[in-house]
Formats: sequence, C-alpha cells, structure tokens
Amino acid sequence: MNLTVFLPALLKGALVTLEATLLSAAVALVVSVVVGLVRLSRFRLLRGAALVYVEIFRGTSALVQLFYFFFVLPIFGIDLSPMAAGVIALGLNFGSYGSEVVRAAVLNVPRGQHEAAVALNYPPGLAMRRIIFPQALAAMLPPFGNLLIDLLKATSLLSLITIGDLTFAGKSLVQSQGHVTAIYTLVLVFYFVMALMLGRLMQAAERRVPGATAGGGR
Amino acid sequence: MGADPRQPILRMQGVSKSYGAVQILRGIDLDVEAGQRIALIGPSGSGKTTLLRLVMTLETPEDGTIEVEGELLGLRRVGDRLVKDSGAHLRSVRGKIGMVFQHFNLFPHMSALQNIMDGPVHVRGLSKDQARERALDLLAKVGLRNKADSLPRQLSGGQQQRVAIARALAMEPKIMLFDEITSALDPELVGEVLAIVRELAHETGMTMLIVTHEMGFAREVANRVLFMEGGHIVEDGEPEQVFGNPRSDRTKAFLGAVLHR
Repeated sequence: MNLTVFLPALLKGALVTLEATLLSAAVALVVSVVVGLVRLSRFRLLRGAALVYVEIFRGTSALVQLFYFFFVLPIFGIDLSPMAAGVIALGLNFGSYGSEVVRAAVLNVPRGQHEAAVALNYPPGLAMRRIIFPQALAAMLPPFGNLLIDLLKATSLLSLITIGDLTFAGKSLVQSQGHVTAIYTLVLVFYFVMALMLGRLMQAAERRVPGATAGGGR
Repeated sequence: MGADPRQPILRMQGVSKSYGAVQILRGIDLDVEAGQRIALIGPSGSGKTTLLRLVMTLETPEDGTIEVEGELLGLRRVGDRLVKDSGAHLRSVRGKIGMVFQHFNLFPHMSALQNIMDGPVHVRGLSKDQARERALDLLAKVGLRNKADSLPRQLSGGQQQRVAIARALAMEPKIMLFDEITSALDPELVGEVLAIVRELAHETGMTMLIVTHEMGFAREVANRVLFMEGGHIVEDGEPEQVFGNPRSDRTKAFLGAVLHR
C-alpha cells in the first residue's frame, strides 16, 4: 500500500468531482429558479411545459439521462464533451428537483406580502424581484443544501462516461494496484470531507440571508 | 378628469362580491367626496373589510364598478364591454390609493427605512436620495426616526404599524384605507397608532376609509360614518347623528351592544 501514489491520484479525481459538482450546481440553480417561477406563471402553456420537464427529469433515471446525453445525442449530430454532457444531464436532473424547492418556497411567502406589494402599486415582476423572491430565498437554502450534497455524490455517475472523477480514480487505482479496502475507504473519506465542506458553505450562506434563521415574521 | 370639483374622488356603483355561496357585499352604491374621512362600522362579516379590499384591487367585484376620480379601477372599457385591467392603466389608477393592514405586512427582509423607501424608488422612480430624505421625514412624523435601521421583527407591533403607515404615506396616495389597524395590537399599543391617524386627519385633510372597532376613535376622527350589516350600507350620516341618534334599529342594536359592554 503506497499512500504517495494513492493520494495524489485521488486528489486529482476529487478536483474533477468538485468541478463537475459546481458546474452542475450552477446549471441546476438557473434551471431551478427559471422553471420554478414558470410553474407559477399566469400562462397555462408555459406552466404545462415546465411541468412536463419536471415530470420527465424527475421521473427517469439520472444515469440513463446521462447515457442519453452522451451516447444518444451524437447519433443526432449533437456531440458533447463528456464533461459538457455530464454537467447538462446532472444540471437538468437536479434542476427538476430544485424547481420544486423554488416553487414551494415562493408559494410559502404569506399572502399579506403579496397584498402589501399590490397596495404599494408594485407591478407583478417587480414585486417578485424585490419582495417575494428575497423572502422565499431563506426557505430555499436548507433544501438546496441537501440537493447540493446529493449532487456531489451523484457526480460519481460521471465515471461511467469516461470522466476521471474521484470514483473513476479509485476504480483505476484498484485495477492497477489492488488494495480494494484501503482505496475505497479513502474514496469514501474524500466524498465525506467534500460533503462536509459543502454543508458548511451552505450554512454560511444561510447566515447571510436575512430571515433564513429567525422566522422572518409575517 | 379630476378637475370637476363635484366629482366624487371614489364612486362605487352596484358593487357585489361573494366568496363561494356566501354573498358579502350586495350592490353597494357609495360616493366619497375628497376630504371625507369615513368610518365603516358594523358587526364582523358585514362586508367592511371586503369593501376596502375591493377598492385596493385585492379582490375583484362580481358585479358593479369602482371609479377613482372618474376613472375605472381594475376594469377597462373595450367597445361596450368591461374587461379586467392590468398594466400601466391599472397602476395609474391604483396609485391613488394606499392601504394599511391589520397585520402590518411589513417586508421582513428590509429595515424600517427600506420598507418606506423601496416603493418610492422602484415604483415611483424617485432618486434614492430624495426617497431617503422623505422616508426619514415620515419616520420622524410617526416618532420612529431612531428606528430607521431596525428590522420589523425588532419593533413592537405598534411601532411596526406606524412604519406601515409611513410606508403607505410615502406613495402619496389620495385615498387611504385603514383596515382594522389596531385589532392585532396589544391594548397598550393602540393609542400610539390611533394618535398618528388622528394627526394625519387633522393635518392633511386626506380622504380616508377607516374600518375600525374603536367607536370612540371613529366618532372623533371621522366626518362621516357608515354602518354596514349583511353586505348593505344600513346607515350613512355624520358621526354625531349615527352615534347620537341612529335612525335604524339595527344600528341602535349594534351600538348598544358595543358601547355598553
């Protein structure tokens, strides 16, 4: 067993995992907000389209979605790099869950806040931007934190489309060096430490958003 | 529009509203002259609050029309039909109305000052400096100049309601609606809020519609009193007359019940 060989290889894989997590999270975040708000739109057609997206991406396997973007799209002439396919697939998959978080949080802002916005003559978009969404944000952060850690772990699927992430690095090491127990234990520790870091990051974010910790009143 | 001095500032014609099978307002006709301070009194469920909410466009009437200075509120005329209004025209009419709520509805993520400034800056397009100066004046007026940076949850109920009044005033409405603004307050905080409204009434001559259970306050501040029951305006007169010598038996019964508890 040779830690000077294992650790650099795993660290390199962990960086790829981190990169994939953050990129997918960025895609998922944008998708979550846009789709979550469209689900609440006045326009039925838009609402319907957003619902179809959510049901499809939430209702099918993330791994198969990944294979679809990586193996099937090229057949239709859309050739994505492994990382691009992975980030888009995971971003869309987690965006479907995230959009429900956004939708629920926005719906949970008390009716009195909407009424105050009307009474102060805010147009609907401005009311959402200045009054409703900032309050909903506080309620979104804890479930977003869960999704982020889930996403970190889901990036291990990327090892199946040739991406050299942490899981891939562990598997390669086992193939070349043996030491199954030691290596997979180290891989678990790496995931655990990264999850811990992301969790702390989200806690710090929660502290910075007013009302996220202290109820926020009516 | 608005130039005719005899034109009512607010006119409701045949306004009806129900929630499900329950009819709350039954064909309300009401003309409000500029400068009138109207107290709406009556038992709960009589439609007072609903009437205010319709004027604020928080509810849509099933029937009837509401006009502000001769302009339709929440409705637009298309040919000879009336359709629901939105966009710039709705806001140009609605901007003449302000409202203070029973539960304050301050924005919890903004300081007292920001609560007051946000509308003037983002809705009315004032510069931040102008809006801040005006907001600070209004805070001083409601006696909370030193609470500018406090968040709503750091304020007492009475203080929150005073900020809410300042916030509504900052939009410079012509008609102010007060919906049971002291009902959610501890008894010892009621006075400070009523004092602000009293001062406002005597200083500005602003048109007001006040739903209240504080009969002493209604009698003192209002120059017109409406007694409502069962979705109708049962009695409409000057405070002295309605309180001192009610014509309707139902008004008498109601006042008897609330005044001699």
